[in-house]
Amino acid sequence: MAPSPAPAVLELERLTVTFATAAGPVQAVRDVSLSVAPGECLGVVGESGAGKSQALLAVLGLLAANGRASGSARFAGSELIGLPAAALDRVRGARIGMVFQDPMSSLTPHLTVGEQLAEVMRRHLQVSHAAARGRALELLERVQLTDAARRSGQYPHQLSGGMRQRVMIAIALSCRPQLLIADEPTTALDVTVQAQILSLLVELKRERSMAMVLITHDMGAVAGVADRVTVMRAGRVLETASVAVILRSPRDPYTRELVRAAAPPVVAAPALAAAAGDTALAVSDLSVEFALPRGWLKSPARLRALRGVSFALGPGEALGVVGESGGGKSTLARAVLALLRPAAGKVVWMGRELLWLPPRERRAARGELQMVFQDPVGSLDPRMTVGEIVGEPLVAHHPELDPTARRELVAQMLKRVELATELSGRYPHELSGGQCQRVGIARAMILKPRLLVCDEPLSALDGPTQREILALLAGLRRESQMSLLFVSHNLAVVRQLCERVLVLYLGTMMELARSESLQAPRHPYTRELLEAVPVADPEVQPARLGRARPGEPPSALAPPSGCVYRTRCPHALKVCAERVPEWEETDGGARVACHRWREI
Amino acid sequence: MSEAAAARGGLWRDAARRLRGKRAARVALALLAAVTLLALLAPAASPWAFDTLDWRHLAQPPGLTAAHWFGTDRLGRDLFVRTLYGVRLSLLISVLASAISVGIGLAWGGLAGFVGGRTEEGMMRFVDVLYSLPYLFIVIILNTVIGRGSLAVLLIAIAAVGWLTTARIVHGQTLQLKRREFIEAARATGLSTAAILMRHVIPNLAGTVVVYATLTVPQMILFESFLSFLGLGVQEPHASLGNLINAGAQEMESAPWMLLVPAAFLVLLLGCLNLLGDSLRDALDPREH
Repeated sequence: MAPSPAPAVLELERLTVTFATAAGPVQAVRDVSLSVAPGECLGVVGESGAGKSQALLAVLGLLAANGRASGSARFAGSELIGLPAAALDRVRGARIGMVFQDPMSSLTPHLTVGEQLAEVMRRHLQVSHAAARGRALELLERVQLTDAARRSGQYPHQLSGGMRQRVMIAIALSCRPQLLIADEPTTALDVTVQAQILSLLVELKRERSMAMVLITHDMGAVAGVADRVTVMRAGRVLETASVAVILRSPRDPYTRELVRAAAPPVVAAPALAAAAGDTALAVSDLSVEFALPRGWLKSPARLRALRGVSFALGPGEALGVVGESGGGKSTLARAVLALLRPAAGKVVWMGRELLWLPPRERRAARGELQMVFQDPVGSLDPRMTVGEIVGEPLVAHHPELDPTARRELVAQMLKRVELATELSGRYPHELSGGQCQRVGIARAMILKPRLLVCDEPLSALDGPTQREILALLAGLRRESQMSLLFVSHNLAVVRQLCERVLVLYLGTMMELARSESLQAPRHPYTRELLEAVPVADPEVQPARLGRARPGEPPSALAPPSGCVYRTRCPHALKVCAERVPEWEETDGGARVACHRWREI
Repeated sequence: MSEAAAARGGLWRDAARRLRGKRAARVALALLAAVTLLALLAPAASPWAFDTLDWRHLAQPPGLTAAHWFGTDRLGRDLFVRTLYGVRLSLLISVLASAISVGIGLAWGGLAGFVGGRTEEGMMRFVDVLYSLPYLFIVIILNTVIGRGSLAVLLIAIAAVGWLTTARIVHGQTLQLKRREFIEAARATGLSTAAILMRHVIPNLAGTVVVYATLTVPQMILFESFLSFLGLGVQEPHASLGNLINAGAQEMESAPWMLLVPAAFLVLLLGCLNLLGDSLRDALDPREH
């Protein structure tokens, strides 16, 4: 949609945001001008720290206490900058709706979601309690919250991330705003849920001819939703153009870089094929259960996080494990390393069962099996310096090394993960997320392990950093010939790095296939996952979003009978509810658990 | 052990450097050192002993030209010497009692939190049971069994109450720590439980525990004063800050210096220890800088 001649809903002119800090004033936003027409969606993209959120927070008068905005921001013709809080309160939440990244911290934990929604309407629309409740339920149904009547009586912590984000959207829409500002609304969600939320936003925007600002670092999201795109960097606007122009023929070199980063990462195709028949890691019929206490006298509920998972990993081979959150991926990673005790089944590493080794031998064996964690900062001890963290495995496994030799090895390792040696005296909180993840990788690699387990090592990082880390992992793998177990929710990433992919849903194996053959997946769940991966192409992505089906995994406490995926499966038949599908061999060692894989 | 110490050198060295950079910490440390040194040396250097009766100067007010700078009490005992004796005894009891209670509490709470399961349940319920016993009653029983005014009784009595709170605090902190990903990372690396405790759990508890310890010293001084005030602690003619303040309080209207001199020393000690505790906590947290 070209910028229409109608007056803009929101118009920023030379907006500047300055923060007073101990080190003097810092300009987070400089001279930003942009406009949003009625019914239009403007994407604002840039990496973290580009000032995109701060610009829009300034519009809403929500800057931190040390922030000052200057310039102009007109909403429907009236100036917002400098407006007193009372006057702003009549605009924000009512005529401008907001959706933030973290729906958990944006909702009050002690009120049911229905009440929170009704409260906003009572405040802004002066409707009665009963009317507000009725409209709240309607809205929750409109945002496709499954089982809305029951859910509206629940508290935020009882809902999944996707459901909470739906509630946030319902709250944002409750007063029929002219403008919706969505700040990274899908960053914290699973890929499948991301697609659902974005498609919901598109639908709502069209239905209510509402203007929208989508702040994101995800070019795929922009391609599916936005009409025009503004690219920001270091507080400035680099360029604004239609989404097709930005994604197809960007002018600015930085935009080109962003667009390139959004394309599926190109990593040299996995070179090492496992020698046939050789097995380094054998997992057979592995089940893990967690006991959830239900109070004093009741017996604890049993959550089956993994059910009968089996696979083998050859020396030097890489296996990707994908699925949505709650699918049991992280549990599998930890069970493989004997960090938790399975309820049944075996994990055999090089012919030995790690879990039943005497503690001393088990600790020694752990030198061969290392792990990279999801949270780059949280997995590093905040009171240790980078050098101490990376050197710690050496302290545990090679106590004979003197400190100088250890420092030397640490320095070499830091160099290998492309970190400056000077960083070894720094503490984790002084580093960026990407640097912290490099430290985590260095710690895992310093012992030259023969198996590296990565638990979502990219999900906390932004686009360009993800590519760098992925390239680093691919390089390390090539040099060291180690096996790799790579857990991720992003099928596109896994496919690039691993020879084979195992798809898990509710702790059950759905499909095990070679990465090349995933172009034509056998299992409908794999298909859904593939479909959800965003593509930064404005021609294709809106249609892909349109096909996103609502639905989230059911609770692992009460999984469906038969095939666990059947409640979301478009091809489900009666037999799917009655019998658990066999783990059938298809071709070339690939396997699938579906009654209907031959027909669909 | 030497390995662990070497690795933690970074944290402690950095903390010491940061502590030196804080003026409040430097002032508090200097004052504490001065008072402690005075308490250790002055009684020996002064012509008066803590129980010397000077019949010529009964209840004399303080003055620089007088024979007794800080005045005397009703019996003509030098208040300066008695107060410094009191500081010495109070510091000795409170530092020892704090060390004992923090040591036991750290080990008990840390172990309970880290091991978990039934062991944890049992250990923490034991703490709850001890909490519910009336401690004054125990102090009185100890007094009658072992003898009034014994230093050992006082120490046991004070430490026995103090470690319960430390154990609870450390227990809670350990539970929080245990869930952090870097502890799991240490386990995945192949560290033994003992090494995880030494290298990761204790350094991360250090901030809380050190602050708590510096805050318990003043608490212990107050508690000792309280017991002495009730006549269960230090007995005449020996002096502690507690029984000096108790005696001074009775003469408050006619001879206010008898209260003000020991009270001023108590305030000075408590203030310095609190300041030091706050600065230590900040110094031990790399994120504060």
